[in-house]
Amino acid sequence: MPAMTMVQAINNALREEMRRDDRVIVLGEDVGRNGGVFRCTEGLIDEFPERVFDTPLAEGGIIGTSIGMALYGLRPVPEIQFMDFIYPAFDQIVSEAAKMRYRSGGQFTVPMTIRTPFGGGIRGGHYHSQSSEAYFCHTPGLKVVVPSTPKEAKGLLTASIRDPDPVLFLEPKKLYRAVREEVPEGEVLVPLGQAAVRRPGKDVTLVAYGYMAQVCLDAAAKAAEKGVEAEVIDLRTLVPLDESAVLASVKKTGRAVLVYEAPRTGGFGAEISAILAEKAIEYLRGPIVRVTGFDTPFPYTLEDVYMPNADRVLAAIDRVMAF
Amino acid sequence: MVDALRVIRDDGSTDPRLDPKLPEKEALRLYRGMCLQRILDSRMLALQRQGRIGFYGPSLGQEAAIVGGAIAMQPDDWIVPQYREPGAALVRGMPLKDLLCQLIGNSEDPVHGRQMPCHYVYRKGNYLSISSPVGTQLPHAVGIAWAMRLRREAHAVLVFFGDGATSTADFHSAMNFAGVFRAPVVFLCNNNQWAISVPVAKQTASGTLAEKAAAYGFDGIRVDGMDALAVYRATREAADRARDSGGPTMVEAVTYRLGPHSSSDDPSRYRDEPEVASWRARDPLVRFRRYLEHAGLWDDAQEARLEQEIGDEITHAVQEAERAGPPSPDTLFTDVYAQMPGSLREQMQGLGVRGR
Repeated sequence: MPAMTMVQAINNALREEMRRDDRVIVLGEDVGRNGGVFRCTEGLIDEFPERVFDTPLAEGGIIGTSIGMALYGLRPVPEIQFMDFIYPAFDQIVSEAAKMRYRSGGQFTVPMTIRTPFGGGIRGGHYHSQSSEAYFCHTPGLKVVVPSTPKEAKGLLTASIRDPDPVLFLEPKKLYRAVREEVPEGEVLVPLGQAAVRRPGKDVTLVAYGYMAQVCLDAAAKAAEKGVEAEVIDLRTLVPLDESAVLASVKKTGRAVLVYEAPRTGGFGAEISAILAEKAIEYLRGPIVRVTGFDTPFPYTLEDVYMPNADRVLAAIDRVMAF
Repeated sequence: MVDALRVIRDDGSTDPRLDPKLPEKEALRLYRGMCLQRILDSRMLALQRQGRIGFYGPSLGQEAAIVGGAIAMQPDDWIVPQYREPGAALVRGMPLKDLLCQLIGNSEDPVHGRQMPCHYVYRKGNYLSISSPVGTQLPHAVGIAWAMRLRREAHAVLVFFGDGATSTADFHSAMNFAGVFRAPVVFLCNNNQWAISVPVAKQTASGTLAEKAAAYGFDGIRVDGMDALAVYRATREAADRARDSGGPTMVEAVTYRLGPHSSSDDPSRYRDEPEVASWRARDPLVRFRRYLEHAGLWDDAQEARLEQEIGDEITHAVQEAERAGPPSPDTLFTDVYAQMPGSLREQMQGLGVRGR
């Protein structure tokens, strides 16, 4: 079994799905000859010269034409080069792709997977670091998926491409080459809508996704040194949310720390917090605490101050444990 | 008069170099389609005023620019509407009753009352679902056409939009992608002079809309949008070329919205009656009828019969549609996703609604 980075696992998933299904089309900026600025699509154009397209530089056009392809029965996998550049396509995603099945009474559907690198940690400043998943999670009709390991990136991307609904697939670029993991050749599927318990624990639940899942694992390891057993839940799919996994863990531990790198106000962790308050308040032994980015634009030089890290998560754990 | 392709002369004769020589059956189908849209408009505006439907957007004045284009396409081609083209849906075979049920938003509405009136969809006729934001359908049309090309299927797409839409970013990216990927698409712009209250001169400093096509590397042609044969001819030529790997074409049909933008609009607030009257004098139905009469295909008795027939069809459809009740509450929750997520099921059950 080859060891792969997340970039290689994504490339492998795309290649295998393109071999399996000739309706799968890859398009976007620099995805052809250049193989994508992060190399996720490297070599695909050589094997599939008629199904990989370098497009004009227009995100609204990339998503808008992908919607058209999907309406006609293809399975487009457009890439938006950075999530920070997705906003020109916001209308197409929110008003068109997400609403097509509903507004047509199921007559037309948009099976499309939008891949885009997101999140901080690569010295990208305002416009190569954003984590704006909350805008999209607020949109009925759209699924939002975030892998955090190479193998699961393959499994989740494969499931996304085969999904009958539009999927926004957010790739944590801090993890693109951070680790290598054994990834099987051939079919790997991770069903959408299922969270994973990354580390079991009985004292406090840490809920995260993407790179923050890794940060939580680091924090949990440090907490263990102090005798606190933290359970780490990696959501993997934000919409549809695996609510039962979160509730089961928090009912067991009685404590919840929600970690996301997006700005704090209105972030996706706030939704988790509301669910816990509605459905598990009688189990809580301390306040629900968030560890997040700040309500500022994403900074360049002070990136490490902005991004949640293990120490900040640990401080939150201490706070809920001491309550 | 505008500098644009014109086929039917004032006396009803045609320019022999330009006449598309429509077979009699097609000519009558085209005329019927235009009359249906015209009569439907007046009946639906009346229904709206009586409070029997909530809203309506008439097409008055644009019948040639809509039906003339739609009828030029083949059944396997796709039509991507903006929102003022019920006439195109009807010539693609959409049942009048379905259209009425959509306007009412009842249990027999194909989209279960989810959209406000005039947002039709008809999958069987390859007639795409409509959204209200202007211009968003343009890149869809290009993507559909591009997919046809990738699948090596010799079909084409006709996309409708207005003068206002040419100002949008989606227009630019759609035209640009269509040019780069030589998508088999016909961009049929209904330049009806007004985007609600804003005249076309305030949308663009460009001399014409058709000339924008040149910047994207393909042809743009300007036609008299009050002349159904001119619209038909230009659309059919463009579609034939598209199916034959000749790439996209933009057709600017110079027309006029004789009525309000919608039942909520009062055009007297922004335009003068003499302007409207000058366009009313160029009524596309009158022009086409003159052509039919000149060709010996039409007379007063046939006209009366057609009006009666269409009137009866609409009356029947209204009666049928008004019999249906409201959509069942579970349709609020279905079709958001292929499979209803647990959270949504919980919301549905919280309302006391049982799923089917």
